[in-house]
Amino acid sequence: MSQSAAPVLEARQISKRFPGVRALDGVSLALFPGEVHALVGENGAGKSTLIKVFTGVHRPDAGELIYDGSPVAFGTPLDAQRAGISTIYQEVNLVPMMSVARNLMLGREPRGRLGVIDTAGMYGEAERILAGYGVVTDVRRPLRTLGMGAQQMVALARAVAVDARVVIMDEPTSSLEPREVETLFSVIRKLRDDGIAVVYVSHRLDELYEVCDRVTVLRDGRVAHTGPLAGLERLKLIALMLGRDLDEVRTGGLTRFSRDRHRTGDRDGAQPAVQAVGLTRRQALRGVDVSVWPGEVVGLGGLLGAGRSETAKGIVGALPLDAGRVLVAGLPLRTGSTTAAIRAGVSLLPEDRKAEGIIPALSVRENIALAALPSLSRAGVVSDAKIDKVVEVFMHRLRIKAASPHQPVQELSGGNQQKVLLARWLAIRPKVLLLDEPTRGIDVGAKAEVQALVDELAEEGLGVLLISSDLEELVEGADRILVLREGAVVGELSGDDVTEDKIMASIAERGAESDG
Amino acid sequence: MAEAVAPPGRRVLAWAQEYGVYAAVGVLLLFNVLFTPHFLDVANFRTQLVQVAPIVIVSLGMALVIGTQGIDLSVGSVMALAAALVALYLGYGAWPALLAALAGGAVAGTAGGALVAYVGVQPIVATLALLVGVRGLANVLVPQLVEFRNPDLIALGSSSLSGVPVIVVIAAVLTLLMAFVVRRTTFGRQVVAIGGNRAASELSGLPVRRVLLLVYVISGVLAALAGVLATARLQASDPTSLGLFIELSAITAVVVGGTPLSGGRIRVLSTVMGALLMQLLSATLIKHNLPQSWTQIVQAVIILAAVYATRERGTR
Repeated sequence: MSQSAAPVLEARQISKRFPGVRALDGVSLALFPGEVHALVGENGAGKSTLIKVFTGVHRPDAGELIYDGSPVAFGTPLDAQRAGISTIYQEVNLVPMMSVARNLMLGREPRGRLGVIDTAGMYGEAERILAGYGVVTDVRRPLRTLGMGAQQMVALARAVAVDARVVIMDEPTSSLEPREVETLFSVIRKLRDDGIAVVYVSHRLDELYEVCDRVTVLRDGRVAHTGPLAGLERLKLIALMLGRDLDEVRTGGLTRFSRDRHRTGDRDGAQPAVQAVGLTRRQALRGVDVSVWPGEVVGLGGLLGAGRSETAKGIVGALPLDAGRVLVAGLPLRTGSTTAAIRAGVSLLPEDRKAEGIIPALSVRENIALAALPSLSRAGVVSDAKIDKVVEVFMHRLRIKAASPHQPVQELSGGNQQKVLLARWLAIRPKVLLLDEPTRGIDVGAKAEVQALVDELAEEGLGVLLISSDLEELVEGADRILVLREGAVVGELSGDDVTEDKIMASIAERGAESDG
Repeated sequence: MAEAVAPPGRRVLAWAQEYGVYAAVGVLLLFNVLFTPHFLDVANFRTQLVQVAPIVIVSLGMALVIGTQGIDLSVGSVMALAAALVALYLGYGAWPALLAALAGGAVAGTAGGALVAYVGVQPIVATLALLVGVRGLANVLVPQLVEFRNPDLIALGSSSLSGVPVIVVIAAVLTLLMAFVVRRTTFGRQVVAIGGNRAASELSGLPVRRVLLLVYVISGVLAALAGVLATARLQASDPTSLGLFIELSAITAVVVGGTPLSGGRIRVLSTVMGALLMQLLSATLIKHNLPQSWTQIVQAVIILAAVYATRERGTR
């Protein structure tokens, strides 16, 4: 990497606000020609907002964008693309039904006389370009007949072919096979040698260390660190991403979990409340084993995309599995059916409260009663008296603040919506609760209440699986922690080993079986 | 949001969405009482209600389907199938013929529901296929208009219960039944929840596919019943033209009644009011010797107004 040149693209003190959120807060980042720059951070750190500022999707509220030495303001994504900034998004954004060549040349097809597309010329050109990326295929075939990896290459070739000087890749490997990843990396190295600046967004640490030169860590909309990657310890990088100071992780907690932790769960019962064996799902899970005993809180640790949510969804049957089975109290559960899981007493509080949790237009009352409806009705006719009683009990116990039980749930605050969802599950008296980010996006007061409730439920003998990106919450809430990385369990911590630095160390370990 | 006092414009809109259709029916009735000669005649009322009854029955099923974010375009063809089956089985008597027709509606509904719920075909495509195919099947079974003289069936179409036509009584009873199903049964609540957020309903363990299937079966059976009643009134089975474009009238009734096409809300009584409003509107304009084209234009305006009111509410 030669850094003698001036930066090709530079963000200076960029700020961007959305209603209620400061997505970027004075972010500066310089991108030099011929470098691969890793951009990392957890959910909500501001990565995608920054990328969207670079590519003209968002306009910054403050700060300036310097491109090629002079300030620019891209009005639209097309402006940025024309200027030479190309983006490859997570999901390939090409036209599946069109031919490979058409996709590659879209918008700049070679024209013959009368402005008609010169088909033969287009096919020849497309073949020549793709060969440079190690893709040999019939370019007349529809794009969708290619594998995901080859499609990604077409997207990449398309991005670079428009005379790009900056290429931004947002999790390019999330749907690639290991062999395809290798091809991608060699292309990235070739781009770097050609003097193109590459922004590489990924959560897979092995990949970052393999292909990136420098790294910028974003956290809560600010730059937490920027510098060369080579000398940066993995543990340090993770600590930066998660917002933890390595030296300070042992200080006392602020969460509301009781400190007399290390319940071992009620293991006299001979059976785990729920036991998942070898959960496997292409691109997501690679043989995950999890068991939760009654009265125990098991935490799932790991970075974004490590397979935590997928594990929880696999257990309740909301994610189709390629292999693996789930036992509830020793009895096998029919996989792929949330109804069966719920009937057996296993419920999931989903991560995305809006999309998968609440029924926005229905009232608080109806949202709470939803899962328990069959038991709150007689011969298919709902019993208002029974519902009112249950709703009253849980609104009181969870201190749900609503104007009345009949208020639409969409009008409640995030914390109260979350409590409504918890009430929905508690109303059917589950044996195991899987909580996916139960305190994300809710206010401090509600957070403490939810945490205290989790503690209380475990004391009552419920098995709890807790997923949280908040390390402190995980350490203080869980009795035992399983650490996931790239869809596999890479460590188990219990007793005095449940500490933030041990979790981070476990995430950082270079996976022996990992491909990178 | 809701706690705060909404601005006046909002409140008017919210009110219009909630009760607008009732107000419109009231205004139209008042206008007719004042300006239309013979409007208050019993005979006139009977005619209007008998004409609208099949649309009301079909709309009830349509409201249920739309509540799940779906749509059922096949209802008109299912009416035709019912007419054909009635003609074929009338030899066994009126009741067996009625049962055969309802069974035919259930089968058509099962086909549409299975495509939507289990195969994952979009409702508009699945029921469009049925719209075409079922009409064809009905025409194959009974290629041309068949008149009949079965007294029981004719009585179903033209007799009255203490002055009220049987058809109207049936539509009224079904309306109350549907309102009860939607408001008071687990099934009804599950339908609304699935329409409001399917992913959440699945994660909450609701039998999403079974409920969806049943919704289309109910719509099919109601359409078949409407087909039998219309056939009984015509005293002839006419699979070629019976129920043509009734899916559009039904969707109009549902939309004008304030049920959002985005699902998650079902307004049964308002749907019936929507059907009445459209019926009353065209009757009024005809009585005042305005051409049919005027009716269509006014109807279009009302549909747009209803959709606008619903949309405002949804995007709040």
